[in-house]
Amino acid sequence: MSQIDLINIAKSYDKQKDVLNGIDLSIEEGEFFVLVGPSGSGKSTLLRMIAGLEEISGGVLKINGQTVNHLPPKDRNLSMVFQNYALYPHLSVKENILFGLKGRKVEKQEQMRRLHDAVEMLGLQDLLKRKPRELSGGQRQRVALGRAVVSHAPLCLMDEPLSNLDAKLRANMRVEIRRLQKKLGLTMVYVTHDQVEAMTMGDRIMVLNDGKIQQIGKPITLYNEPENLFVASFIGSPKINLGSAVFSENAKHLIIEDELHIPVDPAVFHHIPKDRKLTVGIRAEHLEPCLAKKENMYKLEAVNVEQLGNETLIAFEVGSELWTAKWPGQWQIEFGQKVLVQMKPENLLFFDADSGELIKSAELETSQGAVTV
Amino acid sequence: MSMIAPTIGTNEEAYLSQVERVKRKSRLKSFFKGMLFLLPSIILFSVFVFYPMFQTIYLSFFLTNAQGATTVFVGWENYKALFVDPIFLKSVKNTFLFVFLTVPPTVIISFALAVIANEKLKGIGFFRTIFSSTMGVSVAAASVFWLYLFHPTMGLLNKILEAFGAGGIEWLTDPKWALLAVSMTTIWMNIGFTFLILLGGMQSIDSSLYESADIEGSGYFYKLRRITIPMLSPTFFFVITVSIIHSFQTFGQIDILTKGGPANETNLIVYSIYREAFVNYQFGSASAQAVVLFILILLMTALQFKLGERKVHYQ
Amino acid sequence: MLSTGKKLIFYVLLIISALLLAGPALMAIVMSFMTNQDILTGSLPTTFTFDNYIAAFERLPFLHFLFNSLIVSMLITLGQLTLSALAAYAFVFLEFKGRDFLFFLFIATMMVPFEASVIPNFHTIRNLGWIDSYAGLTVPFFATTFGTFLLRQNFKQIPKELREASLIAGMGDFRFFLSVVLPVSRTSLVTLGIYGFLTSWNMYLWPLLASTNETVRTIQIGLKQLQTQEQLNQWGVMMAGAVIVIIPTLLLLFLGQKKLQKGLTEGAVK
Repeated sequence: MSQIDLINIAKSYDKQKDVLNGIDLSIEEGEFFVLVGPSGSGKSTLLRMIAGLEEISGGVLKINGQTVNHLPPKDRNLSMVFQNYALYPHLSVKENILFGLKGRKVEKQEQMRRLHDAVEMLGLQDLLKRKPRELSGGQRQRVALGRAVVSHAPLCLMDEPLSNLDAKLRANMRVEIRRLQKKLGLTMVYVTHDQVEAMTMGDRIMVLNDGKIQQIGKPITLYNEPENLFVASFIGSPKINLGSAVFSENAKHLIIEDELHIPVDPAVFHHIPKDRKLTVGIRAEHLEPCLAKKENMYKLEAVNVEQLGNETLIAFEVGSELWTAKWPGQWQIEFGQKVLVQMKPENLLFFDADSGELIKSAELETSQGAVTV
Repeated sequence: MSMIAPTIGTNEEAYLSQVERVKRKSRLKSFFKGMLFLLPSIILFSVFVFYPMFQTIYLSFFLTNAQGATTVFVGWENYKALFVDPIFLKSVKNTFLFVFLTVPPTVIISFALAVIANEKLKGIGFFRTIFSSTMGVSVAAASVFWLYLFHPTMGLLNKILEAFGAGGIEWLTDPKWALLAVSMTTIWMNIGFTFLILLGGMQSIDSSLYESADIEGSGYFYKLRRITIPMLSPTFFFVITVSIIHSFQTFGQIDILTKGGPANETNLIVYSIYREAFVNYQFGSASAQAVVLFILILLMTALQFKLGERKVHYQ
Repeated sequence: MLSTGKKLIFYVLLIISALLLAGPALMAIVMSFMTNQDILTGSLPTTFTFDNYIAAFERLPFLHFLFNSLIVSMLITLGQLTLSALAAYAFVFLEFKGRDFLFFLFIATMMVPFEASVIPNFHTIRNLGWIDSYAGLTVPFFATTFGTFLLRQNFKQIPKELREASLIAGMGDFRFFLSVVLPVSRTSLVTLGIYGFLTSWNMYLWPLLASTNETVRTIQIGLKQLQTQEQLNQWGVMMAGAVIVIIPTLLLLFLGQKKLQKGLTEGAVK
């Protein structure tokens, strides 16, 4: 069992600018927790502080309720998978997997038993005698996982473990790592810059930017109710469509990018301050094709069309912004064609343009419940 | 989220001060660990490099007995005597002349060899090995080879000269030729190392530079002048510095070929130090000479870096 | 791609240069198998003889000198490898106060030529009672800045994640040094080893000073001794002696030329 508490954690180098500041966070036992953020956001530093590879400048780090600020990495009972896998180039796969166990003087029989289990789990049977340079990227990745598995450490840290793999393999490994984590009941702290990885793998996600926590929550919460503009634009693909907006003088219309005039529906708009500069956002799937209903229709010019087969991405010019719509199925649209688009006001997200804070999120349609049999 | 997270209590504060102590302790530990890894080198450097340097300076202000123990403090007398001693002044002059006679030819010849050995031809490995082979020839063996080559009656060089109808040369005993003869030996010996370094430098030049020049239709010598030589400048800088320092330290070939003669024409500074200290047992005066050598090498390296920094192209 | 004509030009240049450069050594090898008669009359070899080699080994304890050279060179090589690997490890993997100062100190040693400090070194060795001992011939050369820099350059290419992974596995510095760093960088260790052996085998000034009799005298000084004893123009014997001296180093060079070239260039230029 392993639970992690970070209390007001900070990191600074040479007493200079803070790399991380005021990080308060609790990671539950058995949770798959993802740290996501752009490069330089401090996510790797935070992970390395949990591992004990980086000194903690301020605050308290607890693992299982015990303060561990001073403990060297080896005494924190954790395993770690590195971006470049950190395999020892002169050792075989088997020796690499057993490396840590030998260091900890685990009994020989026990070593073999764990090796057997890990090898079975990861399908490394035929590779045991090979050297790392004779392995493909995916195989190296598995060996690195194997090392974490045999350690039997309840806490596993991963630092961008998939970023050196090609896209297809990455999708496979996502599933595999997730399954492994559930099967072994590991507490996982997983660092990535890839929001898709974060969304698909994490039980909970923490978005980090500039050394500060932007938001912590379930993937779907981050998507639906981003607390600020950074999270809104960081999470989701294609990126959320944003535009600056003001109310018209008589407050009858909301004007987006000086182009779209949206009639104000008091039911939707009554909490929105009318006197402030706003930024509105709308997800690509909410710029819908106009079929039957004749309400909330806008004529937009398509400037780019991407046919993905099962869906079509259409880029529109809206003022100075480029908005993307995602329509299911295949649509024949020419470049430059004027297209009717439906945009419901209840799907809009409102942000304060100055602070970037969320004012109102989109009103959710009742989510589709799972069909249980 | 931050509201849920527990705040730091007094308990933790006490703990944090304890952490500070642990940190300080671990810093001390890592200092000792670092020293442990470096200590063997540091001790030996202290005993055989730093201490001798200061001891040499110290000795240079004294007269000594045959055991090397100081007897009389003479201040700057050893230095004053050196700078009016025609033999020492000549050895300094000869050393500079020797550097001038050996370094440019060594570098130029080695560069030419590296250029022709850098082509992708069958059997090129064999030629590279031959060209670098003089690096494996010791100064004693090389001197013996050339002692024979320079022999006035039987030596190969004079036989060749005679074959062309020219008179033989007293290579090692004629004051006009002795330093040149020693220089030839030294050039031959140093080619191996210099060639190897230059070839290595050439091979690390990005081949796409040549490929793009080929596409633009540049000629062989144009590429040599505009790509190879500029890209090789850091390597040139290194081999020239090393060769100069090496030449200043020349000893073995003098000891075997000429013993500093004839008429001190080949009495280079290290040989002069050796003779003063271990033949004449004038350790004080020899130390003064060593200090001069030390300063000369220091100046040469400083000068090299100052000149080199501006001209050298670093990648 | 070179045209055939250009290729020919290169081959001619290569062959001429090779003959000129290898000339002195080839000549020595040929002469070492010639009779004194042939050498003195300046004729081409008429008979093939081992007499010169036999004479060389008879006149002086050459075998003993060879053994001494081997011991001295191996000791220096081992010492250099050990000390520079340890020092390079500290400079790459350990962080501690004063590291930069010590690094500067190492650089400073390159400014002090050994030849300028032979006098106190000779006295040191004498006071330690190390004249005519292997220790006196070897220990002063154990610490080398060149070797430390060469290995440091190489160790720096080891990903730091390897160290971090071993930290998590609870491995100490010394074990990491032995079981990961050394095996991973064995190529550059071999390079440094070859270079160290080559230079110590060919040392001249220091063995001349530090050995006064035949107990630890190296082959280089033996060759000089042979040369000074030869009053009667016994060139064949001298050449045989010289050939014996250069064979081990030439062999080593032929085997390790590629490694040496790569290693020295890396250590030199970067």
